[in-house]
Amino acid sequence: MITASLRKSYGEALVQIGRENKDIVVLEADLGKSTMSCFFEDQFPDRYFQMGIAEQNMASTSAGLALAGKIPFYSTFAVFATGRAYDQIRSSIAIPDLNVNICGSSAGLSDFGDGKTHQSIDDIALMRVLPNMTVLSPVDAEETKKMVKAMAESEGPAYIRINRSDLPVLTADDDKPYQIGQMTSVKKGDDITVFASGIMVHQSLKAAEMLEKEGISVEVVNVSCIKPLDKDAVKQFSAGRKGIVTAEEHSIIGGMGSAITEAMSENPLPLVQIGVQDKYGTSASCYEDLLKAYGLTEDDIVTAVKRLIKK
Amino acid sequence: METTILNRKEAMLTANAIRSDILAMLPPGKVGHLGGSSSIADIMSCLYFHHMNINPKNMKDPDRDRILLSKGHSVLAQYAALTELGVIDRNELKTLKTYGSVLQGHPDMERTPGIEAVTGSLGQGLSVGLGLALGLKLEKSKGRVYVICGDGELSEGQVWEAAMAGSVFKADNLTAIIDLNGIQATGTTEETFPIPNIAEKWEAFGWNVIQLDGHDVVAIHKALEEARNFKGKPSVLVARTIKGKGFSFAENKAAFHNGSLTDEQYKIALEDLEKIKNEVEKS
Repeated sequence: MITASLRKSYGEALVQIGRENKDIVVLEADLGKSTMSCFFEDQFPDRYFQMGIAEQNMASTSAGLALAGKIPFYSTFAVFATGRAYDQIRSSIAIPDLNVNICGSSAGLSDFGDGKTHQSIDDIALMRVLPNMTVLSPVDAEETKKMVKAMAESEGPAYIRINRSDLPVLTADDDKPYQIGQMTSVKKGDDITVFASGIMVHQSLKAAEMLEKEGISVEVVNVSCIKPLDKDAVKQFSAGRKGIVTAEEHSIIGGMGSAITEAMSENPLPLVQIGVQDKYGTSASCYEDLLKAYGLTEDDIVTAVKRLIKK
Repeated sequence: METTILNRKEAMLTANAIRSDILAMLPPGKVGHLGGSSSIADIMSCLYFHHMNINPKNMKDPDRDRILLSKGHSVLAQYAALTELGVIDRNELKTLKTYGSVLQGHPDMERTPGIEAVTGSLGQGLSVGLGLALGLKLEKSKGRVYVICGDGELSEGQVWEAAMAGSVFKADNLTAIIDLNGIQATGTTEETFPIPNIAEKWEAFGWNVIQLDGHDVVAIHKALEEARNFKGKPSVLVARTIKGKGFSFAENKAAFHNGSLTDEQYKIALEDLEKIKNEVEKS
């Protein structure tokens, strides 16, 4: 399967929407070569604002640009894009419901070498709690591209978290635009449903394949829009199942798994949450080592599914 | 070079009317930010009635000038000015900070006509103003952006992030106004969190600095003229003011940062304003 960079997709998508709409402006906090917003800088230097390493000012300045009728995208590492500027996002952007779009790059544990200060395992929780905020977690480069366009076209603030690593391309490269709120089944199955986001969709597919050989049928749902959460789809994808697994590269507190659990609270099913278990990250020499250490592999999903089947 | 002619007496009477409206929002026993609102009344008078390009009949004109109150707790002064302009209905004044009122405790662009942003979480207004100014430049709009900051607010690091960025982007359509009244919530800035050499700091960050008496309408007028005509740098007015200005019992008292008036104080306040009005009219 072809793999592709989500970050590169982000940068390319900015250029594309920037070409179509002169109101698109991009802000960056000295990490444009990492978030790939530098592609936009090359094409539209007049609409690119290098804000220096000052995320709080970048967030509020974006709000001001939106007040002037612009459609700002600001990007930096996920941990700084959200937590560092949380009150600025809340007060300047989310309360007035401005069309400011935030890109958190190197999300989750994907900045494996830099360790816990640079690994973002709470960004979904922080953004999800804010009224008006849309929260997106693309599964691949193609979905990233479409999401960026959807973010620009939708009213109100939106947050997209992007993996640092290349990921297999799962979604078809067709012309169908991304609809905010969309949740899609990427593999059909009957016994257990795995609601997954980001890299964990890929791990879940591997797990589903392994389980299939043992006669266990697993449905894998790509929850790429965590907020607004399509509660009807959650109901539909969990109807008649023996249990539910949620899988995310984020703290199990406040993330996608929490959102699914909340959505299912009226019709509960046995549920196992896979994610970072209320811990901080750590440095590692490769991403795979961290995924293993934090219980985010296909084997962990297989174990979770089997636990539910036995119940 | 644009110039406006200031009618000194008129500007002072408008400032007095603004203080009178602030008082109308704070009947005896009602807690509110009298001190920091009255300290910017003269600045509000000069801005709204003599300098800004605004049309009270069309507060959404894209070319309009904007005021953002970064020290959002002093929004009473802005509500008062907007009331004098006819943008806010005078009957709303008594509803300040009550459920369902258009007059919220802090500036809310979604609730109040003439309010341009959501501010009040201190330190953010100048950044928002910078973004607005940069956006207006991209739009080739003539609109200017005025951001009023408190001196206590200067402890927020984000103010200095915005100061650096304003200079980097040569945002000469942006004017910051520092309400240097020397008092914050718990006491004087000197005893609470002193920030020395404020003017020098802004200068070092690359701003055109103008120091003035923030209650002298002629000085305010000149400073705003200079800021409007200064090119290549954002301007900052470092305005020395008196917290609670115009209310004899409240001047320079931290208790009136956010406090309530007794019946007796309210009566004195009305008399103070009447006295000032008569003096200005006779001058």
